[in-house]
Amino acid sequence: MNTYIVLLILLALSVLNFTLGKKRVLAAVNGDMAGLHSLPNHYGWFAVIFSLTPSLFILFIWMVSHGHIIDTILIEKIKATYGALSDFEINVHLSDIRNLANNDAVSVAISPELREAADYYDKLRVNSFWAAALLAFGIMLGASAYIAKLITPTLRARNHIEQAVRFVLVASSTIAILTTIGIVLSLLFETMLFLQHVAIDDFLFGLKWSPQTALRADQVGSSGSFGALPLFAGTLFITFIALLVAGPIGLLSAIYMTEFASDRIRTIAKPVLEILAGVPTVVYGFFAALVVAPAIRDFGTYVGLDVASESALAAGLVMGIMIIPFISSLSDDAITAVPQSMRDGSLALGSTKTETMLKVLLPAALPGVVSAFLLATSRAVGETMIVVMAAGMAANLTANPLDAVTTVTVQIVALLTGDQEFDSAKTLSAFALGLALFIITLCLNVVALYVVRKYREEYE
Amino acid sequence: MNIQAADTNITTDREPKMQARRVNVFYGDTHALKDVNLDIYADEVTALIGPSGCGKSTFLRCLNRMNDTVASCRVKGVMTLDNEDIYSKQVDVVQLRARVGMVFQKPNPFPKSIYDNVAYGPRIHGLARKGDELDEIVFTSLQKAGLWDEVKDRLDTSGTALSGGQQQRLCIARAIAVNPEVILMDEPCSALDPIATAKIEELIDELKGHYAIVIVTHSMQQAARVSQKTAFFHLGNLVEYGDTVEIFTNPQEPKTKDYITGRYG
Repeated sequence: MNTYIVLLILLALSVLNFTLGKKRVLAAVNGDMAGLHSLPNHYGWFAVIFSLTPSLFILFIWMVSHGHIIDTILIEKIKATYGALSDFEINVHLSDIRNLANNDAVSVAISPELREAADYYDKLRVNSFWAAALLAFGIMLGASAYIAKLITPTLRARNHIEQAVRFVLVASSTIAILTTIGIVLSLLFETMLFLQHVAIDDFLFGLKWSPQTALRADQVGSSGSFGALPLFAGTLFITFIALLVAGPIGLLSAIYMTEFASDRIRTIAKPVLEILAGVPTVVYGFFAALVVAPAIRDFGTYVGLDVASESALAAGLVMGIMIIPFISSLSDDAITAVPQSMRDGSLALGSTKTETMLKVLLPAALPGVVSAFLLATSRAVGETMIVVMAAGMAANLTANPLDAVTTVTVQIVALLTGDQEFDSAKTLSAFALGLALFIITLCLNVVALYVVRKYREEYE
Repeated sequence: MNIQAADTNITTDREPKMQARRVNVFYGDTHALKDVNLDIYADEVTALIGPSGCGKSTFLRCLNRMNDTVASCRVKGVMTLDNEDIYSKQVDVVQLRARVGMVFQKPNPFPKSIYDNVAYGPRIHGLARKGDELDEIVFTSLQKAGLWDEVKDRLDTSGTALSGGQQQRLCIARAIAVNPEVILMDEPCSALDPIATAKIEELIDELKGHYAIVIVTHSMQQAARVSQKTAFFHLGNLVEYGDTVEIFTNPQEPKTKDYITGRYG
């Protein structure tokens, strides 16, 4: 007998509760539905929800806590048997006991004490399981009996179910929000730890990025340098190149799709363009690293330019391709949202489609287009895969697109790949970079949302 | 192009500004207008009346080829402006719309300043070479539209900030600014309150003579008040066309009589 069987029995009991609840309330009004406050099914669900939830809750509590409680008891017993031990030795004993109880390999010879402890452990386990199972069944039956009394034709079962649904919804969104807050807080705390090692102005405005901390005191190069400016500069540089590519192409294709393309072309071309958004970024990444970057380097060599094999240009170009769908599809929405009457008004004055686009539609859609650009920017700033593969690791502070640059995301990946100590400035700097990145994209998104909202008010 | 008088039952000694002969319009498979013959005179207001879906707006939108923007729309027959076929290949639709302006059912000022709204057309067509010429055009257009006194102190505020009636007069000023020969109005008062409506009707009266005006209206009182000629459409047919006074006092067709006396529609 294990937990799944307990669960199955509980479920079977709730099915029974459902039918009984329904039958009971129908019997109470002699089958006349008009005498009921809610539909018969509501009474059934009422019985299920309020009997199953508490018993499941008990089972859940047991599942998360029984291991810990049993361990505590065992540790007391180990201490009583062997006297004072280090934490490490206690843990060894614990795992030996568990392994023996599970008939797994044991690290030491099986002594009578160990055998006894394993039996004790087994007994605790079985007992706690039965206690939990019986408690769950008891609560189930008790709740069922209580509910059987509660269920009368006047019970507002529908409203109670509504409450239960609401509770589930609130719980779900609370989990989502708390998780977000938790992530932000952990970023904040780790960043504060980092700032104890490195001064904030050294981090934000330092020109040299060389993140290393000494393993030994006498190590060469033991002092790291955490000036993140080259990283931010590299990120913004690549983003800028990406926008130079995606901005015109995305906007012009949006204009074509909304105003110039025939319906037939639009129904084919729009989904195709949106497929670009579905290409995994890792694919873009190796496309950038294996196709675009060598092509640019070869072309550079051909015309006599010195091009790094991992150039900012290659990463920027491919990232530009990646964010085209963001710009085109959001700009498309913005232009389509301009009322038809604006087009009619302009066309009726004898302007061409292009004049209408330039002088009426684009100005009217401008806030939407701007927010499309901002969202695409925040996407490009946070993009990792393409730059990891194509942008390189060298933290150069340069404005030459043919040089290698590195980005914030690339450095975070580099800092956290492999085994790390979690309290060195090197590892902690990843959190600081992450927080800075988060703040940048958050600001871009907030501005974009604000612009969109302002824009919406204009026509409503 | 000459259209033989024998084609039609309309006889007149004056030269019409626009003519429609055997005009048929299809939206996909729907036959929206059937063999419509109609003359529009330069110094008159022509009202198009009829129940919803009768084709009067469709006909109006044929006169400046706004139906071109509807992909499924096909127009057959002959339509002329000053005896020139407006559907021939030689005609530039952009120039046609500069000559035949349009005011829509719902006021649709651009989200630009009042000044820029009126200056939009003249700028596009290069009607003003210097800034003060443009100022002059904006001034006269707003004045003709009876809006100047109300907005002269706030020409740089947005056109969308005006009241509905003011917006519609701004749209009329915008149409006038291009100096058209014909102005089409598609139920210009249906979104306005009675006072704003009265102002627009007054304005139409003042504009009469300077421009040929064609107005689609649901209000028979309005047709009777502002127009000299009235055309009654029903189910895509032009049922009756003649002097407004005649149509309203002595309709020849029983359908017309039923409609104007409020029996249906």
